[in-house]
Amino acid sequence: MGDGGTTPLLRFIACGSVDDGKSTLIGRLLHDCGEVPDDQLAALESDSRRFGTQGSAVDFALLLDGLSAEREQGITIDVAYRYFATAKRRFIVADAPGHEQYTRNMATGASTAELAVILVDATKGVLPQTRRHSAIVALMGIRHVVLAVNKMDLVDWSEAQFQKIEADYRGVAGEMAVTAIPVSALGGDNVAARSAAAPWYDGPSLVEHLEAAEIAPTSGAFRMPVQLVARPNRDFRGFQGLIVSGQVAPGEEVVVLPSGRRTRISEGRGEAGQSVTLTLADQVDCSRGDVIASAEAPPEVADQFEATIVWLAEEEMLPGRQYLLRIGADSARATLAQPKYRIDVESGEHLAARTFGLNDIGIANLSTDKPIVFEPYEKSRDLGGFILVDRTSNATVAAGMIRFALRRSANVQWQAIDVTREARSELLGQRPKLIWFTGLSGAGKSTIANLVEKRLHAMGRNTFLLDGDNLRHGLNRDLGFTDADRVENIRRAGEVAKLMTEAGLIVLAAFISPFRAERDMVRRMLPQGDFIEVHVDVPLAEAERRDPKGLYAKARAGELPNFTGIDSAYEPPEAPELRIDTAVTPAEEAAEAIVRFLLSTQG
Amino acid sequence: MALTHLDRLEGESIHIFREVAAQAERPVLLYSAGKDSSVLLHLARKAFFPAPPPFPLLHVDTGWKFAAMYALRDRAAADAGMELIVHRNPEAERLGINPLDHGSELHTRIWKTEGLKQALDLHRFDAAIGGARRDEEKSRAKERIFSFRSAHHRWDPKNQRPELWRLYNARKAPGESFRAFPLSDWTELDVWEYVAREGIEVCDLYFAAPRPTVEQGGAILMVDDERLGVGDAAVRTIRFRTLGCYPLSGAIESKAASVEDIIAELRAARTSERQGRMIDFDSGASMEAKKQEGYF
Repeated sequence: MGDGGTTPLLRFIACGSVDDGKSTLIGRLLHDCGEVPDDQLAALESDSRRFGTQGSAVDFALLLDGLSAEREQGITIDVAYRYFATAKRRFIVADAPGHEQYTRNMATGASTAELAVILVDATKGVLPQTRRHSAIVALMGIRHVVLAVNKMDLVDWSEAQFQKIEADYRGVAGEMAVTAIPVSALGGDNVAARSAAAPWYDGPSLVEHLEAAEIAPTSGAFRMPVQLVARPNRDFRGFQGLIVSGQVAPGEEVVVLPSGRRTRISEGRGEAGQSVTLTLADQVDCSRGDVIASAEAPPEVADQFEATIVWLAEEEMLPGRQYLLRIGADSARATLAQPKYRIDVESGEHLAARTFGLNDIGIANLSTDKPIVFEPYEKSRDLGGFILVDRTSNATVAAGMIRFALRRSANVQWQAIDVTREARSELLGQRPKLIWFTGLSGAGKSTIANLVEKRLHAMGRNTFLLDGDNLRHGLNRDLGFTDADRVENIRRAGEVAKLMTEAGLIVLAAFISPFRAERDMVRRMLPQGDFIEVHVDVPLAEAERRDPKGLYAKARAGELPNFTGIDSAYEPPEAPELRIDTAVTPAEEAAEAIVRFLLSTQG
Repeated sequence: MALTHLDRLEGESIHIFREVAAQAERPVLLYSAGKDSSVLLHLARKAFFPAPPPFPLLHVDTGWKFAAMYALRDRAAADAGMELIVHRNPEAERLGINPLDHGSELHTRIWKTEGLKQALDLHRFDAAIGGARRDEEKSRAKERIFSFRSAHHRWDPKNQRPELWRLYNARKAPGESFRAFPLSDWTELDVWEYVAREGIEVCDLYFAAPRPTVEQGGAILMVDDERLGVGDAAVRTIRFRTLGCYPLSGAIESKAASVEDIIAELRAARTSERQGRMIDFDSGASMEAKKQEGYF
């Protein structure tokens, strides 16, 4: 129980499985610290007889299984948070299940924890799962570990066994500081009170250690991501956010990033962990997502990074696809490159990977569509940790930790060129456009695009036709037809088309381009209005009947896997500039309509 | 000087409030006049000061709250300069649903769960901020701070979005919504210690005083008005740890007449806060089932 609200707080994560006695240990911690009221204890005693695994004894594990599905199946589905307090400290425990979806849950629980309690069964010693748990908490930035060697009563409180396990564990703990404590959660030995059972052990009990554990406060210079700008009246502009490191007071010189404008704090003060409202001495541009930081030691700004990725979703990662990235109070569109490698968390080995699946951890580069204020994760969780959100399903699909900015973005600056896109297009006497033909194989994309180009050419327009099949003979010859390769195929085609429009050309691109997300990505690469999406629409049955290249027949025979329309999805455009139904519109007529539309944009 | 745990909890709760304001289009603060509501409102005012909180208060009323709660509600909304929306389920009103004739389960479902869903739909609120705490009840221990609800207000406990660091993902499709819980990491004791530290006004019924009572089914009920329809009331010195509809709120016999007394009593307490809440005992996984249906 607490003490006037003035005690410090410690957040820790407990890692282990039911078999190690983790739930029993947490239940015991709550009970021995007086957090299990009489009415709950009574319910627990009756539950223990019905569902318990400890015979007639009270099964503390039953205190913790919150959801009825968990009680029925005897498993833990999700991270739960528990609360207890002693006279010296308040504790928040992230109780992460050891088996099911362990990576996802453990990463979530560890992301806010300052310390980890890792449980080992004294009769079994350090297991592969112990390595796994340690690797994940280390990766998430935890530097302090308590190794709770549980079930010591089952090895007769053997000092030799304890020392062996401690030594084994130090071999897997890496750089984390380790404190090993022999306990029996069932009997409560060395949990809250020191036990006489192990006279050879003269260290603290688990609770004593947790009360005293010194966690270095968030160090570093002042940083505050701006969540909101308060403007209650014309005279007041307050920047609101949580200070993630350092402290701040009126008069101090600060810089607003990414713009880099310097100013001074006019009003407002606070330190890391507090939510404050600051006003600035000068009228500088500053909005949600910006970071106000110490002018002497500002954080970095970049748009390309190497990051550790923890994949949290069933759907696998698609290199090249744009996800929404959230970091601090900012968000951006972000694209992951193909992974550099995946990490086997048990062995630490690096494995080759083309993508990430659920619970995978690995390293990949990512780039954002705008500069991001950041710090490496090992310096700052708040400015180095990010999540990725799928833009269609809105699910949180990954957590990431920035390792460093790629030197490319720090040192390779954009080369300003004097002859602009406008100058080039003026010389050609035309407005550059990208006409993007999308549709099923056999819909008639190439045929129509070809006719359009011939007409434009005859009219003296400078054009270029990019054809999906042709590009696959050269630039994209290394790509196949998996979802990931299709995304990359379109990304490259989009970049090439963009360069050509910058050269002043009217570009025609004929690609199945089955996914909305990638077509939208290409749309956003160009100035607004320059991307003309033409949906060359045809019923699948009709395309299959035409089958000009004999591909549908092969696909139906199972010889062509991942064929769009057969075993790979086609997502039709929601609002294309033009839709041509080639089941009823002849190709000549379609080309005519497209040319008319294009000429109407030429002014 | 290291921050105390109340400083850290306050910093985090204010951060959550600001994220709701930044990410949601039409947030609303669920206000019930209980102590958690009082703390929630206090934090909301701090979070946006000097501007007023950028959302209204919503009270999903049942007509059976304690008279003292209605008085505090109206006063608190006026003090904060915030709009107060009171929603009473017209269907429940028409049918005359009440806890005495229809039992706690039906009363709660129609007035509170259905009433809340109606009010959210009616005003097209896409984020409802509530005062639920994870230490209150088992199924709440696994709830996210930003808790996603389907277009039908359903909670899917097995398919929650992972919530890492202080990053909250409130993206959703039209019609879907969020419940946000800024007090997730607070305990009952934290709430009282914060009430003491900040001098927050809470409902008088939390403080012990002689009050007219009757005993029913092992619980002490306060005779707040004549609708309870009981015979002679006995005067007992009681207080409440949790407040709801008065016929469903069990009092405790206590002499704790000040915030400090309450804190001292809590430190020595041997029963849990929700023990007086009869709606929790309706059936086995009661709260979990209610939450899946859309109870906050």
